[in-house]
Amino acid sequence: MNILLEKFLPLEEKRAALVASSGADPFHVIVERMVSATEAMVNGHKVIMVGTNNYLGLTFDPDCVAAACEAVREEGTGTTGSRMTNGSYAAHVALENELADFFNCPDAIVFSTGYVANLGVISTLTGPEDVILMDTDCHASIYDGTRLGAAQVIRFRHNNPADLEKRLKRLGEQASRTLVVVEGIYSMLGDRAPLHEIVDIKRRYGASLLVDEAHSLGVLGKHGRGLAEEAAVEDEVDFITGTFSKSLGSIGGFCVSRWPELEHMRYAMRPYTFTASSSPSLIASTRQALQILNRSVELRTKLWDNATRLYQGLTEMGFDLGPEISPVIAVKLPVSIEEAPALLWGELLSQGVYVNLVLPPATPGGSPLLRCSLSAAHSPEQIDVVLEAFAAVSAKLQLERQT
Amino acid sequence: MQSKDEILDQLFELIRPYSEQPIELSEQTRIMDDVGLDSMKVMELVMQIEDCFDVSVPLNILPDVNTIGEFAKHLETLLQDS
Repeated sequence: MNILLEKFLPLEEKRAALVASSGADPFHVIVERMVSATEAMVNGHKVIMVGTNNYLGLTFDPDCVAAACEAVREEGTGTTGSRMTNGSYAAHVALENELADFFNCPDAIVFSTGYVANLGVISTLTGPEDVILMDTDCHASIYDGTRLGAAQVIRFRHNNPADLEKRLKRLGEQASRTLVVVEGIYSMLGDRAPLHEIVDIKRRYGASLLVDEAHSLGVLGKHGRGLAEEAAVEDEVDFITGTFSKSLGSIGGFCVSRWPELEHMRYAMRPYTFTASSSPSLIASTRQALQILNRSVELRTKLWDNATRLYQGLTEMGFDLGPEISPVIAVKLPVSIEEAPALLWGELLSQGVYVNLVLPPATPGGSPLLRCSLSAAHSPEQIDVVLEAFAAVSAKLQLERQT
Repeated sequence: MQSKDEILDQLFELIRPYSEQPIELSEQTRIMDDVGLDSMKVMELVMQIEDCFDVSVPLNILPDVNTIGEFAKHLETLLQDS
């Protein structure tokens, strides 16, 4: 074995042991074919996808598909380089203008992925004199952004405004050079940030606030602009980042700001400057999806109806869930049963239901999670099938607990 | 201002509960390799240390911290600066 690869051996051994003990291989799932926004062929069987983050179900929307097809025919398969060197396509700029209009902001910057958006913005916005004060449950892209940058990094306890304030206060004069980072909906447990309280604190200490609306865009707010809109604090949020890969059914990321000087930062961001820009087809479907997201209250209603149906059903079965109804619903499993998470995940798959298996240490609180994400495209009947599958899992879990 | 020994004693108190087996802690004890903390637990420990000493401890120091003694040294500097 190559000596450099040796350090990954324990990881592979752990994975192999998991597969051997549970008979399931959650990390090598091959989706043989997507059938619709909510169904796919996996292991030769049709399964209901309840782990795609496809919140509005727009991946198969006929208008989005048509826009992508037309763009690929007209402008080719890829841009083959970054916007700084190869130039921006007119559609990149059009999407930025449309995003700025949608968020009522002076400017927007489009990135190649949501991960890259956080990497670029967080690493560049703050320098060695500045501080990043982030919620402990923030996404890996935010953590990685802090590692790429030079700012001092401090964490506050998840969704705990008092803990945030204690740490801001401790910073003294540096509080005004601090970027507080939170998420609209947290990706693992589906809970919202207490944005009113956070905004109040950041205002009192003169700090800046970035909200990652990756999981809340299209999901929260009258127009789908996310938690800041829902909480009516958009004027107090300095930066919003997000992704096209969830509600917009595509790939890409963005940052908008109420500060027109955001534009000054564009070419200082290495993850923006040195990455190939999004392909014409991705930009085209995203633009189309943004229009749908903007006007379609009905899709949001359907999404929340589905989320409520699943959350209530799982609650009635006695599962330990995240703290609030949300399109992200995490079933927390007992830590004591070692092989159970993979076993139960495999049981769900054999019942025709695909969810995300998330194992510690990547999970908040250290519980293994069977994480579901709902879509407006799910039918109530599909939710009922998912609930039946969880009922089977529940029975198995009881058995495991008894033995 | 706490002495280095006082800082060390408080660090031992904070770190001890993380060890699954009883372990003799010293300045040379390695936080991850000997006590067994993973990277997530180290970050949790940092928050506890911040609250215990009422000082900001940026995560940026972590790559330079291997042993409890090294952590105490960083903490001494941070306490002096604060």
